[in-house]
Amino acid sequence: MTWAFDAALCALILGVAFATVLGRGVFRSIVFFIVYGLLMAVAWVRLDAVDVALAEAAIGAGLTGVLFLTTFGRLARNVSDDAAPGRFHLPAALACGGLTGALAWAWFAMPAPVRREWELPPAGVENPVTAVLLNFRAWDTLLESIVLLAALIGLWMMARDGDWGNRLGLPQHVRPGGVMAGFGRLLPPVGFLVGVYLVYVGADQPGGAFQGGTVLAAVGLVAAMAGLVRPPRIAAHRWRVALVAGPSVFLVAGLAGAVLGAGFLTLPEPVAGTAIFVIEVGLAISIAVTLVFLVLGPPEGERRE
Amino acid sequence: MSFLVALLVLPLAGALAIVALPGQAGRAAAFSAIAATAAAAVALAASVSSQGVLRLEVGGWAPPLGIALAADGLGVTLIVMTATVMAGVSLVARGTFAPDLAGDRAAFGFWPLMLLLWSALNVVFLSRDLFNLYVGIELLSLAAIGLVAIDGKAAALAAAIRYIVFALAGSLLYLAGVVLIYASHGTLDIDLVAVRTPSAPDGLALALMTAGLMAKTALFPFHVWLPPAHAGAPAPASALLSGLVPKASFVILMRLWFDAMPDRASDGALVLIALLGTAAVIWGSLAALAQERLKLIVAYSTVAQIGYLFLVFPLAGGTSAGLPWAAGAWTGAVFLALSHGLAKAGMFLAVGHCMAAAGGDRLSAVRGLAKVMPMTAFAFALSAVTLVGLPPSGGFTGKYLVMTAAFASGQWLWALVMAVGGLLAAAYLYRPLAMLFGRGAGASPVPPSRARQAVPLLLAGASVALGIASAGAYGILEIGRPPAAEEGL
Amino acid sequence: MSALTLYALTGSAAIGIGFYGLIAARHLLRRIVAFNLIGSGLFLFFGATGARGGAADPVPQALIITGIVVALSASALAVGLLVAHARVAGRVVLPEEEDGG
Repeated sequence: MTWAFDAALCALILGVAFATVLGRGVFRSIVFFIVYGLLMAVAWVRLDAVDVALAEAAIGAGLTGVLFLTTFGRLARNVSDDAAPGRFHLPAALACGGLTGALAWAWFAMPAPVRREWELPPAGVENPVTAVLLNFRAWDTLLESIVLLAALIGLWMMARDGDWGNRLGLPQHVRPGGVMAGFGRLLPPVGFLVGVYLVYVGADQPGGAFQGGTVLAAVGLVAAMAGLVRPPRIAAHRWRVALVAGPSVFLVAGLAGAVLGAGFLTLPEPVAGTAIFVIEVGLAISIAVTLVFLVLGPPEGERRE
Repeated sequence: MSFLVALLVLPLAGALAIVALPGQAGRAAAFSAIAATAAAAVALAASVSSQGVLRLEVGGWAPPLGIALAADGLGVTLIVMTATVMAGVSLVARGTFAPDLAGDRAAFGFWPLMLLLWSALNVVFLSRDLFNLYVGIELLSLAAIGLVAIDGKAAALAAAIRYIVFALAGSLLYLAGVVLIYASHGTLDIDLVAVRTPSAPDGLALALMTAGLMAKTALFPFHVWLPPAHAGAPAPASALLSGLVPKASFVILMRLWFDAMPDRASDGALVLIALLGTAAVIWGSLAALAQERLKLIVAYSTVAQIGYLFLVFPLAGGTSAGLPWAAGAWTGAVFLALSHGLAKAGMFLAVGHCMAAAGGDRLSAVRGLAKVMPMTAFAFALSAVTLVGLPPSGGFTGKYLVMTAAFASGQWLWALVMAVGGLLAAAYLYRPLAMLFGRGAGASPVPPSRARQAVPLLLAGASVALGIASAGAYGILEIGRPPAAEEGL
Repeated sequence: MSALTLYALTGSAAIGIGFYGLIAARHLLRRIVAFNLIGSGLFLFFGATGARGGAADPVPQALIITGIVVALSASALAVGLLVAHARVAGRVVLPEEEDGG
């Protein structure tokens, strides 16, 4: 019975993937992509990876989908390029079929997994994924938060020189009393609670800084799109501090370990849980702010403010 | 140990400081970070040459659970070369990206992108964990793309888009290989992978990772993105992009083929890689001959010089591993990488000065500039010496080592390729040199200050000095070299 | 065919479909969508390998979360480049692919 569910889910996923790539129209492609992301999130739950499911739903389908839709909106005002996917490319199709076949072969040719029991050393948190992310492989996570910042700075370089002092993103025009304005009143408080909860509970149960931070970013985006808040300018000091808060806290924690003799990014057992929590809070703030700025885009638009 | 951590942390801290602090304070923090990181690089090199390989298990967790970092000869020499180039580029960029000259936007954005690029390079040169290397090259690519697009011109933006398509495809292919390795062996650590029980998907994993890294190193036929991207970026950025960025993916390839999975290095695959390198040398040189713009000539030169690096694979791997000439070939390739980094950075900075003085980089515009800017023209000439491979430069030392290995092993084809490559390099570098040292300047050009002109000269001089004082580098490179390259000629 | 095999094969297929989209699409936004398809297909494949052997392995899950965030960062930069390029050049395809089909 569950196998049937898995089979149906996989078939749907593949169908939607085909539709995304082969369908007509960029907008349709984006919508199918969002559906694909949500189906993936369900697949992750089936694979017993709830943290990943949360991340895929929030970041992979949700935030990426919003990013694409706003980009599509910006492009539609500029150009009227082709919507057709283009002529069928036989060599590429053969090569990609070969790649799929090779990976499928690899799946069957792989040796059986080496370990059966997941005996992780005590890490200060109960959620094993959080333990890996923020203790055993913390260096990767620190670099990952920096990758977000690097993308944002690169994105800011897309602004025109004359627009550099403006507020981020395009000015939003919202009809008072409309759906967006209604969402703007309802969603932020609920979203804020969900986001904070996800960050708080991530130590011991599925959740964490990335998932919670993304929900908080969504709150910020809804508020901005509903016209409740105006995006800041790049020069606004406290937002830039918020951007670097997460990686900075992470670095300080890592260096504290080095200075106190334990080693770089070493979290001694008694303080590991607290340290991880503090780092997660910092990361959540930075992730939320960075994601909002990434979706809003570089400063642009008319200069009347 | 602390120098290792400093090299990773200081550039990150500098980048964070610029974002958080406004204006002058941020730039001051950036320059302190640059100086401190350069000092740490030298200190680390000194430590490694006296103490051997330095290992650090981040967080105190040993692989396969945690991430291991190691500073060996290869990593440390590249780190020192990177620090040298970064120091030079930042000195020049202080002028090029001054707020009144380049605008607030570019003046703000160059420094964090540069520091993040540096940090990513250090991560790649020091890491022994395959997924950590993935995150490192992603950071590297994103920072590099930001630098390509920093001017905002249409050509630069199109080049950046082409770059990002190749870079992201390459990263995903690499990641696919990493996934297969972890699924088969349960570890991501290079040294643990080296002692694994071989399994069937290993070959596929290595092929995927190699394909992805070749795309990122712009090896033929994945090179199409490089010339417009490096030509479209401002000169200090091009110096970083050409001199440093391709070395990172190349180092990962070296570690994969010689440290992690040497048993998977079949002769056929190694020869194929070297043939692609050959194609890169020929194609890049011929394309450079046909260009009319200085920056495009130098960018195509990078495509060609990268091809040289890939000739090392059949000479130091597979059936050549452990044989007397393997060490020479391996060392030669590293010398080529080091000297190319220094020389190409110096050349791009010199071209930048010429463009600033002449108002463009068409060959006809730089005619006769040597009279007005002798230091810059001489810097270009010195860099050319290294790229062509004339003694006593570092380029010559590298070529000599690789060619000797090629003859000793009977694979004389690669020696022929290097010789032909040198001739072609002389050909395509002759035209700019003839223009520079020719007679009759155009409109009266305004030369940059002598201090700024000194930087490319010093970098080019360093690439030559590398050949003269090669014994020091040779010694450090022996530390921690893979078993395949252990015997000496 | 076990459920895990289903997911692994679905992931492999998604990777293939995504690469085809990356190569064959002309509109740049479709290429970026395709790149995300490849990424999530690869993560699904990885997750399936991690779910073998009883309890789920947390290391692949952590790496996948990292990968999802990195993919988003890259997508955001890529679409920013698209928009800036379209603004300056007026087209959403790369210059060499502009005319013809």
